[in-house]
Amino acid sequence: MAPVLDIRGLAKSFTLHNQGGVTLPVLAAVDLAIQAGECVALHGRSGTGKSTLLRTLYGNYRVGSGEVWVRHGAVQIDLGRASPRQVIELRRSTIGYVSQFLHVIPRVAALDIVAEPMRARGLSVAAAHERAAALLSRLNVPERLWHLAPATFSGGEQQRINIARGFAVDYPILLLDEPTASLDGDNRASVIGLIDEVLARGTAIVGIFHDGEVRERVASRLYDMNEAKAAA
Amino acid sequence: MTQTLAGYNFAYLDEQTKRMIRRAILKAVAIPGYQVPFGSREMPLPYGWGTGGIQVTASIIGRADVLKVIDQGADDTTNAISIRRFFAKTAGVATTEHTADATIIQTRHRVPETPLRAGQIMVYQVPIPEPLRWLEPRETETRTMHALTEYGAMHVRFYEDIAHYGRIATTYDYPVIVNDRYLMRPSPIPKFDNPKLDMSPALQLFGAGREKRIYAVPPFTKVKSLDFQDHPFAIESWDEACHLCGSTTSFLDEVLTDDQGGRMFVCSDTDYCRTRTS
Amino acid sequence: MSALPMLDDEPPLLVVEGLTVAYGNRVGCRDVGFELWPGEVLGIVGESGSGKTSLLNALSAKIEPAAGTIHYRLRDGTMADLFGLSEAVRRQLLRTDWGVVHQNPRDGLRLTVSAGANVGERLMAVGARHYGEIRGSALDWLGKVEIDRDRIDDRPSSFSGGMQQRLQIARNLVTNPRLVFMDEPTGGLDVSVQARLLDLIRGLVADLGLSAIIVTHDLAVARLLAHRLMVMRGGEVVESGLTDQVLDDPQHPYTQLLVSSILQV
Repeated sequence: MAPVLDIRGLAKSFTLHNQGGVTLPVLAAVDLAIQAGECVALHGRSGTGKSTLLRTLYGNYRVGSGEVWVRHGAVQIDLGRASPRQVIELRRSTIGYVSQFLHVIPRVAALDIVAEPMRARGLSVAAAHERAAALLSRLNVPERLWHLAPATFSGGEQQRINIARGFAVDYPILLLDEPTASLDGDNRASVIGLIDEVLARGTAIVGIFHDGEVRERVASRLYDMNEAKAAA
Repeated sequence: MTQTLAGYNFAYLDEQTKRMIRRAILKAVAIPGYQVPFGSREMPLPYGWGTGGIQVTASIIGRADVLKVIDQGADDTTNAISIRRFFAKTAGVATTEHTADATIIQTRHRVPETPLRAGQIMVYQVPIPEPLRWLEPRETETRTMHALTEYGAMHVRFYEDIAHYGRIATTYDYPVIVNDRYLMRPSPIPKFDNPKLDMSPALQLFGAGREKRIYAVPPFTKVKSLDFQDHPFAIESWDEACHLCGSTTSFLDEVLTDDQGGRMFVCSDTDYCRTRTS
Repeated sequence: MSALPMLDDEPPLLVVEGLTVAYGNRVGCRDVGFELWPGEVLGIVGESGSGKTSLLNALSAKIEPAAGTIHYRLRDGTMADLFGLSEAVRRQLLRTDWGVVHQNPRDGLRLTVSAGANVGERLMAVGARHYGEIRGSALDWLGKVEIDRDRIDDRPSSFSGGMQQRLQIARNLVTNPRLVFMDEPTGGLDVSVQARLLDLIRGLVADLGLSAIIVTHDLAVARLLAHRLMVMRGGEVVESGLTDQVLDDPQHPYTQLLVSSILQV
């Protein structure tokens, strides 16, 4: 069975031109193939490039060298050579991403933030709002907050909205960056439940889970970031 | 033939000027409704007093013509009399107050009630020839709008009227589309007279002296007043009849007879009224 | 593994190649090229003097380029060379298929006629002749841009800056254009007013499937509205790509400088 996500020799560094041109190598050589239904937890200390790797897999950071093959329907796309339009299409239907922090847009209500990826896929406003409401309820976001813009919410509330948005649409590949960081026990359990469900449906997950308990529960294997550096 | 003024050419203008104006007139007739620039001359009366109309008349008038001049429908106002005398002195042509007898009729602000016939020429005095000037002050831009038939903005004016007054408020100098092509101002005639321009047997010439433009509507040309589908063009009407001749179909002037608000309505077209009472 | 395939083969709406705008010897922008698809928003960012306004003026057919071509896909599917078309057709495009939202709303509105007339003008320009229907459309659009419908007969000179800008947007969108050009649409507006306007633009672009080219010096506006970004400096495009990628992983020194110069709240 061909992998859903096949990373080969991915390297990435940052060159800071306005700071004397210093180059920071972050990823040296990532080799990782992920199958449908797998959950790979990126493992390593701060600064080993876990978030960088996730962002690169989402197209938010540019691929330095190497290949990132993504299965998009019946075809394979190398993310590093994809055009911006293709990356947008991949994000719409194939790759989902739950970042650590919610990108807050003024005036847009929580419900609409969660509904947006569904609307992008053609769902009606009513259907999108219904599913958004269900997800927010499951994550214990009180209804009185649904029609407010999240700028003034707590970190945990914002994170749960972010998570709801990430799970609103069925993505074959889901990238999770510290999904339970600001959450208490009950909410952690809800998130674990969501992860279990999508894994059962065949979603491939690449995630960063600092919480050992969560990692134990969901990860099918670990990927040690130091492997990437050592290979360099 | 009467003696004309010594030292002046026939009808005041020199022959080269007349030729220039006739060329402009021919061009205008060939492109109905299109404003043709011309070299407007210094005339012995100031701008705003009909210099355009006078120059057109001077260029086309011949010894055998019979000239009628009206001002707001009347032959006997100061301006009408002055212009008629001007041509009597400089061209020695016959003049008349009877519409039916005239070959050339120069007018300010009215079209005669008596239907015109083929062979007659109407000369209108025009203050502002450009119908889009209220909207667009740049001549370069209005010329482009005419060239590209960009007339939608004209309807904006009427939209505004309906929004503010419930009806189109323009009652004179009402814009028209000539020959399904050019937007034209018919000069400050009341909208009551607009239908007379449509398919008229007479040749209609328009002269603007200050703005230096001539335009024309050839005989039997379509002239349609602008309107909206749900606010169609309509002419004025009166509850009264003419006090003198009893007409209920002519354009009536309101005349105050005393200081207690007494008034009467009489035909604006003096010749028409007189013809009916004689 | 197969070679890089196209995800769809929908043709682009706008194809720009080698575009150079010059004012005598002074170059406005040089050798700019890009494609724009339906439903896409392209942001052009740069500081004063970067050439972004020259570029926008050439793209919206306001000035003729010194070199290069702009091809636009007409509604019938044919790809037309913009400056090969007659002026009449270009002006027609500007009235129907395109919209231009100016930085200063006074440049894009008729201040001497009512809001309703401003919105209805483009409809009248393409032959609408029913007052009731025109007014109905105008009311509709005022609602969409969140202007109180009671203001339909008021003149824009009595509106606030934000309202004028929203009116300008309504005036442009009433003929369902496929491509809208915006020059600093939030320039000079109060921050809360900006937020409202951006929210409106974002919603309209999504709902109507508009393509848009937005020139701005404000990177936050670019991040919010644009799918793709072009960074300009000294008349040239120094970097372009996916908006969040250009802003979060800038490659060119100038882009890095721009991004790092933004003050955080």
